[in-house]
Amino acid sequence: MVSYRTPLGRARGLGSAKHGAGHWISERVSSIALIPLVIWMVYGVIRLAAGDYGFAVQWVRDPVNATLCVLTFAVGFWHMHAGMRVVVEDYIGKTLTRSALLILNLFVCGLIGALAIFSILKVALGAGVLGGA
Amino acid sequence: MTDAPTPRRERPVSPHLMTGGFGSPLLWRWHITMWTSILHRATGVALYVGALIVAAWAISLGAGPDAYADFKAVLGSIPGKVVMFSLSVCVFYHLANGVRHLVWDSGHGLDIKSANASAVVVFAFAAAATLAIWGLAAMTGAL
Repeated sequence: MVSYRTPLGRARGLGSAKHGAGHWISERVSSIALIPLVIWMVYGVIRLAAGDYGFAVQWVRDPVNATLCVLTFAVGFWHMHAGMRVVVEDYIGKTLTRSALLILNLFVCGLIGALAIFSILKVALGAGVLGGA
Repeated sequence: MTDAPTPRRERPVSPHLMTGGFGSPLLWRWHITMWTSILHRATGVALYVGALIVAAWAISLGAGPDAYADFKAVLGSIPGKVVMFSLSVCVFYHLANGVRHLVWDSGHGLDIKSANASAVVVFAFAAAATLAIWGLAAMTGAL
């Protein structure tokens, strides 16, 4: 039977999307960045757990701590979005449920990550009275 | 005239663990690298919640002293400490096994013997680092 579809039309959609490597690499690069960031964060958690509100404000106002906080949130939330995305894609087959969960994952990571980073910047850059005020 | 639809090829299912849906018989017998793989994903999902808790720390700090005191009271309670202990196990496990994955990605340690050995190293690191960090926390008055 003579086919009216061109060879290009038949081949389309059968191969890879050609951007899988980008996702793969961004997961690896974010995980490499998170190795030192997470070790620093665990140390920070212990110091902050021993201190009060005033100490935490002082700690966040240190430029190095503020920068590393923002980086940890940015890279961490990026990494967890990528990880949860793979989990959803692996287990949820139903298109509507899958799409809804992927959007929810993106929105949760985007919103909470942005809130956390904004809060850090607010405290770090906050003028005026310090500690307990 | 249109072509007959091409028969759908069976696509590989990931993760390829079971013969059918959830609860169906496993394809493989249990082995240590299977545990490390499953636990990597499970701890990753747990750390998703952990990251939200760390975000809550930053948000409560930004909200002011009262919100921060509430946050610290919740985490300092017994259930709060249990959650933090579990998360610390997850952090160190996911960290060590993540490094193991990066080594694999570089093309090293992929044979069965090395993979089994590195699995033991990962479990040992997670246990040792968790104990060390809680010891350090106790000594510095963080508890």
